[in-house]
Order: sequence, then structure tokens, then C-alpha cells
Amino acid sequence: MRLDDPWYDALASGWGELDGTGSFAPTGPPGPADPRRGHSAADIYLEVQRSEAFQEVRRRYRRFVVPATFAFLAWYLVYVVAAVTAPGLMARPVAGAVNVAMVAGLGQFLTTFLLTGAYARHARLRRDRAALDLRWETQEMTRGAGR
Amino acid sequence: MNGNHETLALLLFSAFIAVTLAITTWVGRNRHGSAEEFYAGGRLFSPMENGFAIAGDYMSAASFLGISGLIALFGYDGMLYSVGFLVAWLVVLLLVAELVRNCGRFTLADVVAARMAERPVRIAAGTSSVTVSVLYLVAQMVGAGSLVALLLGGTSGAARSWTVIGVGALMVIYVSLGGMRATTWIQIVKAVLLMAGAVVLTVLVLVRFHGDFNALLDSAAERSGHGSRFLAPGLRYGGTWTARIDFISLGLALVLGTAGLPHILSRFYTVPTARAARRSVVWSIGLIGSFYLMTIALGFGAAALVGSAEVRASNAAGNTAVPLLALVLGGGEGSTGGTILFAVVAAVAFATILAVVAGITLASSASVAHDLYASLRRPGAKQYSEVAVARVAAAVIGVAAIGLGLVAQDLNVAFLVGLAFAVAASANLPVLLYSLFWRNFTTRGAVWSVYGGLIPAVLLVLLSPVVSGSPDSFFPGVDFQLFPLENPGLVSIPLGFLAGWAGAVTSTDPPDEAKHAETEVRALTGAGAV
Repeated sequence: MRLDDPWYDALASGWGELDGTGSFAPTGPPGPADPRRGHSAADIYLEVQRSEAFQEVRRRYRRFVVPATFAFLAWYLVYVVAAVTAPGLMARPVAGAVNVAMVAGLGQFLTTFLLTGAYARHARLRRDRAALDLRWETQEMTRGAGR
Repeated sequence: MNGNHETLALLLFSAFIAVTLAITTWVGRNRHGSAEEFYAGGRLFSPMENGFAIAGDYMSAASFLGISGLIALFGYDGMLYSVGFLVAWLVVLLLVAELVRNCGRFTLADVVAARMAERPVRIAAGTSSVTVSVLYLVAQMVGAGSLVALLLGGTSGAARSWTVIGVGALMVIYVSLGGMRATTWIQIVKAVLLMAGAVVLTVLVLVRFHGDFNALLDSAAERSGHGSRFLAPGLRYGGTWTARIDFISLGLALVLGTAGLPHILSRFYTVPTARAARRSVVWSIGLIGSFYLMTIALGFGAAALVGSAEVRASNAAGNTAVPLLALVLGGGEGSTGGTILFAVVAAVAFATILAVVAGITLASSASVAHDLYASLRRPGAKQYSEVAVARVAAAVIGVAAIGLGLVAQDLNVAFLVGLAFAVAASANLPVLLYSLFWRNFTTRGAVWSVYGGLIPAVLLVLLSPVVSGSPDSFFPGVDFQLFPLENPGLVSIPLGFLAGWAGAVTSTDPPDEAKHAETEVRALTGAGAV
């Protein structure tokens, strides 16, 4: 581990704190995640993967990403299929020269921007801190471990 | 188009070339020659810089001139492209950018090979990455040739050929001398120029209509000769059912292909952390989204102010819609304002092409040196440094792209771009997603998934009406057309996913649980990331 690790930015200032995810401190009391000599890196990664803290990070990531991906892909496919199969519906006027197709197209832009903002916010507030703690702990454990 | 445009445009071209060569020299003055430096520019770009560079890497001349031209000719149907190009970034943001940054070093194959038997996986992923890059590169070269010739008025074959050769030579110089650092700065400069040009033109269009978008749409519909049908889908893709399904196939390829483009993936390695990779994608979505919104205004503006018939008369594919619009907005043919705006648009288009081809050349030279050369080298052979191999590979790819660009001069550019996206979505995306998310994925699955997407995609194109069997085909004289669609995505993307699944479940070796744990932990936390 390098001390000038670029992860060591503003966020990293409090990496030792617990954030409610039950993450373990690298110098904490011996527990299931204790860095034991003679452990190979493979064992350490398996151990981290099974730890509650990692499961929580993964759960938070998947709970956001999986439904969001299905939602925006479905919305995009509906839009494309409607554009080529239902031109009559898409041509229906809404206001002035603006029709359903124009609203749907600009709606795609809008939902893309909104989802981008929502994802960035979710990751920053709900995931970054816990992931960073895990990163330090894992690197601390794998340091010196045989591979 | 008189001589003034050409002189001024040539001056601006030369200025841009001088600036980019200066960047290349300045960057290369004390280079270390390490792989880290050459492929990833030292990994210390800021998210904003990388966001601009991604936007500069992604927005090709096809989007600037092509999409606005399509809107000017076909109205709403042109917009469908820009929506696909933008929504694709959500796949990149949510599923790919951060995880790839955490797991890989330089290329797509790094991510996959971390879990699998290294050699076969690297050869497979390297091959498909090079295929995608070369297709995309040829598309850009062909586009560059016809575009510059068109903008400068010289439609002769010689002008086009020399443009292709010149663009190829420049990109080889940028990449082999400047590596990722020079490429990134060229892309940033280009993105700023492109955004500035688009903003100026959009503001001028909106000022013409006193900020009334409704009035803009109304007069576009009126001048187009199609009336209100111009503002609804169907003018271009509403014909036969084959054409409609073909468009769905293209739409699928666009939205899933971006996340498999090697030159986009390699951009995430230029920032220090996954968090920075995420923030750079947020920047680039902002830039790309607002750019495509502006192309909509420009396209309808060209229809309203220039007229669809005039656009079509100048270039049947609509590629000159924006330059013609610039001429009108500046005060018309022969006016000083018109001359300046036209030359600026031409120079921006030229800058766009150079920045995009440099990015692709760099990514494909990385695939050749880091994946293919490292895996295929005979054990006893003399060992060259990887960066030296990459520099040579950039030159070889440049020569190959020039050659193919000269041969393929008459191919449709939009089709080539669509094909590159289809191959990326069929061969690269499935293996990437399976490696990152599927516990039971195996080496056999990875290899099958790459070839199971790559081979059908290429075969279906060879059997499509693009290659034979219709008057517009590459070989109009013969007919071995078996597949009705021009874009293979609708068939080859599911095949890529299916082949990966089939390979994994029929594997004789069990999936490596520890390697999966390592990939998952590293992907989501960044532990051990370089």
C-alpha cells in the first residue's frame, strides 16, 4: 500500500470511522477478519467477500443498479419500438408543434440526466465511505500475504 | 462555396494541427516511456478533464454533421440516433465505469483475464477489441476523406485520398510520440471547440426565432416539404417491416455497444480512482447530452433556414447541413460573417475527426501490445518493451487504417459506425458483464462469449444486403445475401450472451470461487487497484 495513494482524498479523512455498516477496523480485536499470517491473498478476498460489511456494500449497489438498469432499458426499448411501429400515436399533437414523439424523445434526455444525478448521489452518500473502508482493510490484510 | 471559405478553413486546419503537434511535443519532452504513462497518461487526470476527454473521444464528426444532417433531411427520425447514443451512457455509468477502473489496468482483457486462464481470454478479448477499433477507425477515416473534400469544395478522388493519408499520418504521430497524455489533451481541446461551436450556432438559431422553439419546429416542418409528418417518426425508418426491424437492431447496438468500445473503456484508466471515473462519466453525460440537444436545434434549424431540398442538393446524406446553416446564420454566401462561421465549422469537424481517430488508435495499439503480443510472443524470442511494441503497433494500425480507408471510400459511414457498435455489443459487452457479475462464469464461457458474438456479427454482415445483392452493396454484381438486416445487433448480441452462458455451464472445470471473490471485492471496493 502506498501512502500517497490517490484514494487518500477528502473522503478518506475519516476512513477509520464506522459508518453503521458494521465494518471492522484494521487494528481491531481479533475477529473473523483478523489478518493472520500465512493466509493467502485468495483466502483474504474470500473472507472479505463473506464479511457483513462487504455484503452490505454489494447489496446497496445492486439494489440501486439492477432495477434502474431494467427500467431505463425498458423505457428506451419501448420508445424505439413505438417510434418504428406506432407512428400514428407518436404524431399526436400535444401543444403547438410539439407532439408525443417530441415529448418522449426529450423525456429520454431528461430521464437520463435525472438517473445520472440519482446514481451519483446514491453512490456518494450510501456506498463510497463503506467501500473505502473496505479497500483500506483489504489492502492492509493482503499486504505481506502470500498469493 | 467560394475560395474564401477554403483559404480560411485551411488556415484554421493548419492552426489546429500546429496546436496539436505542439501538445504532442510538449507532452513528449520528458516522457518516462512506462506503460502506465503511455496507455493511461499517468492516471492523474481530474474527473473534469477526463469528462471532457471522454466527450471528445465519443462525439465523432458523424454525430456533429451526420445527426444534424439526418434531422435536416428526415426530421424526427434523425433524433432517434442521438437518443440511443446518449442513453448508452447509463449502461457505462451504472454497470461498467467504476468496476472496470477498479479491476483492470489498461484494457478490457485485463478485467476478464483476472478471473480466467489468462492466455486464451486475452487472445479472444484482444482480437475482438482490435476488430471493433479497426471498423470504427475505417469509418472515421472514410468520413474524414469525404467530409474534408466536401467542405473544401474539392470532390476529386485525389483530395479525398490525400486527406485520408494525412489524417492517418497525424494520428500515428500523436499516438506513438505522445501516448495517452497527448491524446487526452487533444480530445479536451477538441471537446471545448466542438461545444463552443455548437453553442454559438444554437444561440444564433434560437435568436432567429426569438427563442420560440415552437416557431422553429413549425417553420422547419413547413420548409421541409413534409408538413407535420416531418416532426413525427416514420420518414426514414417507417417503410417496410425489414427497415423497421433494422432500426430496432441498430437501436439495440447503439445502446449496448458504447460500454464495449475499447477506446471508451481505456479512458477510465486515466483517472486515479473509481470515484473519479464515476465523476468523469457524469461530466461526459452532461456534455454529450447537452451537445445532442443542440444538434436537434441545429438540425431543425437547418431545415427551417436552409431548407431540406437545398441540404439534399448539396450532399445526399445531409452531411453539409450544419456548414450550410452556419453560412446562412453568418449572413449568407459571400458575407464576412458567413465565411468565418463556415470555416470555423469546417475546422471543428476536422478537429473532431483527428481527436477521435487518435483515441481509437491508442486503444487498439494497447490491445495489440498488452493483450495479443504479450500472449502470442514465442517464449524464446527476444523481448521488446511493451511500450515499444505499442508504438510500432500504432504505426501498423495507422497504415492498415489508411489502406482500408482508401479501399472502402464508397462505403456508408453511418453503417460502418453502426457495425462497430454492433460488434462491440455482441463480443465485448457480454464477456465484460459476465466477468463482473456472474459467480459461475468460466474461462470457456469467456472465450465462447467473445467468439460467439464476434463471429455471428461479422458473418451476418457478410451475408447482409450491405455486402451483396442490392445496387448499393459493396459488391453489387454478385448475390450471396441471406440475412435481410443491415445491422446484425438484434441477432448477434443475444448470441454473444447465449454463447457465454452455454460455455460456462458446459465447462469441465468448476468456476474459481476465490478468483470470483477477488474480482468482486476489488470491483466494488477498489482494493488492490493500480
